[in-house]
Amino acid sequence: MTDKIFRINMTDLTTAIEDVPEGWAAHGGRGLTSTVVAAEVPPLCHPLGPNNKLVIAPGLLSGTAAANSGRISIGAKSPLTGTIKESNAGGTAAQLLARCHCKAIIIEGQPQAGKWYNISISPGAVSINEETETIGKGNFATAEILKNRFEGKPGFIAIGPAGEMKMSAANISVKDPDFRMRSAGRGGLGAVMGSKGVKFISIDPQDGKVEIAEPEAFKEANRVFVKALANHPISQGLGQYGTNVLVNIINESGGLPTKNFTLGQFEGHEKISGETMYERIQERGGKPKHGCHPGCVIQCSQIYNDANNQYKTSGFEYESIWAMGADCCVDDLDQIAEADSIMDDLGIDSIETSVAMGVAMEAGVLEFGDGEGICRILRDEVGKGTGMGRLIGGGAGMVGQIYGVARVPVVKNQAIPAYDPRAIKGIGITYATSTMGADHTMGYSIATNILNVGGSVDPLSKEGQVELSRNLQIATAAIDSTGMCLFIAFAALDDETCLPALIDLINARFGLKLTGDDVVNLGKYILKTEKAFNEAAGFSKQDDRLPEFFSIEKLPPHNVVWDFSGEEIDSFWNF
Amino acid sequence: MNVEVKLFAYFRDNRFKVKNFTFEEAVPVSHVLDHLGINADEVGVTMVNGRHCRLDTHLQPDDSLGIFPMIGGG
Repeated sequence: MTDKIFRINMTDLTTAIEDVPEGWAAHGGRGLTSTVVAAEVPPLCHPLGPNNKLVIAPGLLSGTAAANSGRISIGAKSPLTGTIKESNAGGTAAQLLARCHCKAIIIEGQPQAGKWYNISISPGAVSINEETETIGKGNFATAEILKNRFEGKPGFIAIGPAGEMKMSAANISVKDPDFRMRSAGRGGLGAVMGSKGVKFISIDPQDGKVEIAEPEAFKEANRVFVKALANHPISQGLGQYGTNVLVNIINESGGLPTKNFTLGQFEGHEKISGETMYERIQERGGKPKHGCHPGCVIQCSQIYNDANNQYKTSGFEYESIWAMGADCCVDDLDQIAEADSIMDDLGIDSIETSVAMGVAMEAGVLEFGDGEGICRILRDEVGKGTGMGRLIGGGAGMVGQIYGVARVPVVKNQAIPAYDPRAIKGIGITYATSTMGADHTMGYSIATNILNVGGSVDPLSKEGQVELSRNLQIATAAIDSTGMCLFIAFAALDDETCLPALIDLINARFGLKLTGDDVVNLGKYILKTEKAFNEAAGFSKQDDRLPEFFSIEKLPPHNVVWDFSGEEIDSFWNF
Repeated sequence: MNVEVKLFAYFRDNRFKVKNFTFEEAVPVSHVLDHLGINADEVGVTMVNGRHCRLDTHLQPDDSLGIFPMIGGG
């Protein structure tokens, strides 16, 4: 059975299963969502209006036995940034959608205000159903309801109250194998899903399977690929300490944004570090290792229990811990875990929301270090949609605007994540030039600036940083098209067998003869397609700049400023 | 001379988090690794006073040395 486009029109509540247009056939994941958004969404449309479209696409390798191929890409015009947006997540949805022979879901139009629906997808079938029971419910309550309503192990893609309220920081949650949530976090895509009146999508592949053109070659390529991934020391460290292993090394480098980006080191770093988290997980009978989808050989997620040894949160990431921790000066890992859990339940981006809290702290709304205050605001204000809650849920830029704060760490109105661009200059180029607004995952220069992976460059020097970010952003756009987790990149940068094995996997899946050059060209095409959309939406090179305070406020301990000229930044696009 | 040594991730196992050492003369980072029984092949990053350094970098009085295995995240 060939893959199809599942088109869902929420204006007249009709569905269609269409052939894949020839120009889209070679694409998957981010390459496909960006191609569809660029082709079908008017760049000047309102992100929450009927002309925006929500595009959901598994990657080229999703649904196969390829290790770590469980990422799902979700795209639209972003209500937070006004740019094109692709945000990807783990969970089981990508694998199950691929087994439904679904190349992409396109949700378009808009229903009557106040009407809510769910969407069911299975091989050769898609339906729109009126939804009432889960409306207004958090992700955890929704998951419980769906567990009882559906037989088997379907996948779910859902929004929480933040998405229903169309907050610009709302995310889209994807169920993992244990009915817990992974998030397509950035850029407010949950608000777009909410604007379409869709509470959740259920995915049941029945006995659907992904066909492999050359099964033997596929098996061999996967063997090499798994070996490269599993043997890499960084993969092993991720299994033990999770992504939070980064707190201490980024702090040591002086690039850990602290107290709303006024300091580069956090006094309480040890208390929120990956090392401390690992010890605590062990003491409380949690699990340091947990996979967000079947077939992951890295397992960077974990089960973090509370002081009573009861489950509190999973997928407890460095970014969230940094944002609630160092950026808001909270040094209590349990309070951060509580906030993480509330945000997962509300379905709101833990980076955007936490950085917004940091800006609110600077404005005096609450004290730096007030972890209980953060949890109260999340629960009683954001969760209930009060004025204050909607303000925080509008993101860091919104909070800065309303309270008259000049130090607002955003690019294209999206909050800057966990690395200060003054002390780690390579990541600043990525923040500035990314087609998505500030986003570390678009070109993870930290690998080479800090971690000595894929070579090393001086994080305080400008030399080589533009070229580094360019190469990483091109490679990342291609990897984001495969359905692969970005954490394969550490092995790919270091182990020369890894990337060829990945290309062999794609070739064996489809019976193709792609080369490394084809993959690079794919990455370039994606970036240029996204940039063209943004330009048509009104963005120019002046938007590829960091906030002014990075250039005029020195960051301790190295006392450095952001010193790239506009011309130097713009040379990123010379390809 | 006094040097502060900080260990991270699994390098702490059966060793320490942070400890002060006294050396009679300026020693290279590799000397500290040998002293602690850390295999240089396992080292991902070393930093002196928050700046990356090489294994042949000589430590100065009151330096703070951080030693990390190969780690990553994001």
